[in-house]
Amino acid sequence: MAILTYIQAVKQALKEEMEQNEKVFVLGEDVGKKGGVFLATEGLYDQFGEERVIDTPLAESAIAGVGIGAAMYGMRPVAEMQFADFIMPAVNQIISEAARIRYRSNNDWHCPITIRAPYGAGVHGGLYHSQSIEAIFANQPGLKIVMPSNPYDVKGLLKAAIRDDDPVLFLEHKRAYRLLKEEVPETDYTLPIGKADVKREGEDVTVITYGLCVHFAKQAAEKLELEGISTEILDLRTVYPLDQQAIIEAASKTGKVLLVTEDNKEGSIIGEVSAIISENCLFDLDAPVKRLAGPDVPATSFAAPLEKEFLVSAEKIEQAIRELAEF
Amino acid sequence: MVNQTYALETDKETLLAMYREMLLARRIDERMWLLNRSGSIPFVVSCQGQEALQIAASFALNKERDYVLPYYRDLGVVIHFGMTTREIFLQAYAKGEDPNSGGRQMPSHFGQKKNRIVTGSSPVTTQVPHAAGIALAAKMEKNPAVSFVTMGEGSSNQGDFHEGLNFAGVHKLPVIFMVENNKYAISVPLNKQVACENISDRAIGYGMKGIKVDGNEAIEVYEAVKEAHERALNGEGPTLIETVSYRLTPHSSDDDDSTYRTKDEVASEKSKDGIERFKQFLIDKGYLTDSFNEELETTIKQEINDATEYAENAPFADVSTLSNHVYGQKEDH
Repeated sequence: MAILTYIQAVKQALKEEMEQNEKVFVLGEDVGKKGGVFLATEGLYDQFGEERVIDTPLAESAIAGVGIGAAMYGMRPVAEMQFADFIMPAVNQIISEAARIRYRSNNDWHCPITIRAPYGAGVHGGLYHSQSIEAIFANQPGLKIVMPSNPYDVKGLLKAAIRDDDPVLFLEHKRAYRLLKEEVPETDYTLPIGKADVKREGEDVTVITYGLCVHFAKQAAEKLELEGISTEILDLRTVYPLDQQAIIEAASKTGKVLLVTEDNKEGSIIGEVSAIISENCLFDLDAPVKRLAGPDVPATSFAAPLEKEFLVSAEKIEQAIRELAEF
Repeated sequence: MVNQTYALETDKETLLAMYREMLLARRIDERMWLLNRSGSIPFVVSCQGQEALQIAASFALNKERDYVLPYYRDLGVVIHFGMTTREIFLQAYAKGEDPNSGGRQMPSHFGQKKNRIVTGSSPVTTQVPHAAGIALAAKMEKNPAVSFVTMGEGSSNQGDFHEGLNFAGVHKLPVIFMVENNKYAISVPLNKQVACENISDRAIGYGMKGIKVDGNEAIEVYEAVKEAHERALNGEGPTLIETVSYRLTPHSSDDDDSTYRTKDEVASEKSKDGIERFKQFLIDKGYLTDSFNEELETTIKQEINDATEYAENAPFADVSTLSNHVYGQKEDH
């Protein structure tokens, strides 16, 4: 089994899906000859040609909208937003169109598009190359939002997204692209969209999170284990719609829940997770649900100390788990 | 102006069929207003003043193969592409059998996959990039289909107009963009919408041909669309067509147009009605007689009566279906 980075897993999933299904194609800015600014589509242009790896004009609404049209026709487009921060011009296409096409047509039409976008901070990206944008889309029934935490999940979930019959927003943490690497099977496998995944079994405190924060939570859990604190980690994987059953089970198991997101705290995904827990787990809780998130400022700063101050880290998670364990 | 080498290749029967569809669209629309004003249906948004150009354009397309992305005034387009009078009334009444949306969307938000009428929404111009995407897919699949997308002139100011036309121009896609300029975006007149003389002039910025035609002259519209269709099929890329006519009704059943335009203006424009002109053209050619016209009116009225009655009595979708089809299930495909 080969060791792949997070972004190599993206590339492998795309390549395999394009090899298996000629209806799969890629479109976006710089995805062709250049292979994408992060090299997620490197080599695809040479292998599949310019008709299936399409360099588009710099126009995000068209990248989404043209993809949506092709998807309604019966293709399997994978549209790339160069940075999640630049998805805003395409919001009307994603929310008013992609998310509603099946429902508004009473199942006559559907829209199997995958929209990939790198999100997240920690790479000195300043306000507009760092944001978490999932909460903007996370109350739009019809849309699915997948945010993988590790290379193995990237491959299985991206392949599942491309094969899914509904629109999937596939958000990749850009700092994870080269930071995370692990063994990834060369075989064809998919992972279920809509299902969370227990990344670590534990008894004392449950951490529920997603994306790169799963990695930080694992680091914190390993350290705390030496102190005798046992941590359960639930990786949401799909942040919309949420896997309620898995959340309820994970929260009830330890009775002490830490919710973590890199996003700004108010109105974030973990607020909804907290609501699910309060509705279902009141009598199983041994402490108030605790949230660890970015501060409510618009986004991270370019200056390194300010960025560090904004971001969730393994140390911050470790501290929060310890506090909960001692509650 | 139109290249006259594309003379109308239609015979008497086809011309009469065009007239019948124009008349059907007008009479359906008029009935909708009656039903709305009598409290039977909640909303109407009209095609009146644009039927002739819609039907003429549709006849220049391949009804068995092409994709249409109509906007909310395109009753004529969907009639030609196969939506029945009964289905049109089912959507006006928001009944469960409505093929467009099962009563979920407001009226005139058309969509019917079996006839390649692509589902639309209320935010305007979102269909324009979709048309490019469908043409891109058809090109990739080597399917000789053209995608035909329409919009009002107000939509030509939206970002999706620019992004969609530019994409289609760059990739030389088989798309026909038809702007139905009816001189108003609800209450805002043309001179407050655009500073350019013609919407069709915008084509040059996208590297495509732009044509402006009198939307009340059905034959001119037919020829312009026919030419654009041939260009699309020959791999010569998209065309922007601007048809100029007039919106004879208020924007919708909730609008009062007397607050922003005069009765004289509307009356003057009504005298140029494309259906009347086409009718006169058929009479002059000796194709249409009074008795045939009466017969046509009678059968259309009967068809509309039957459809109205059917739709009125049809059930709404059961409330238990409210949560259906948010996402697909395996058995759907």
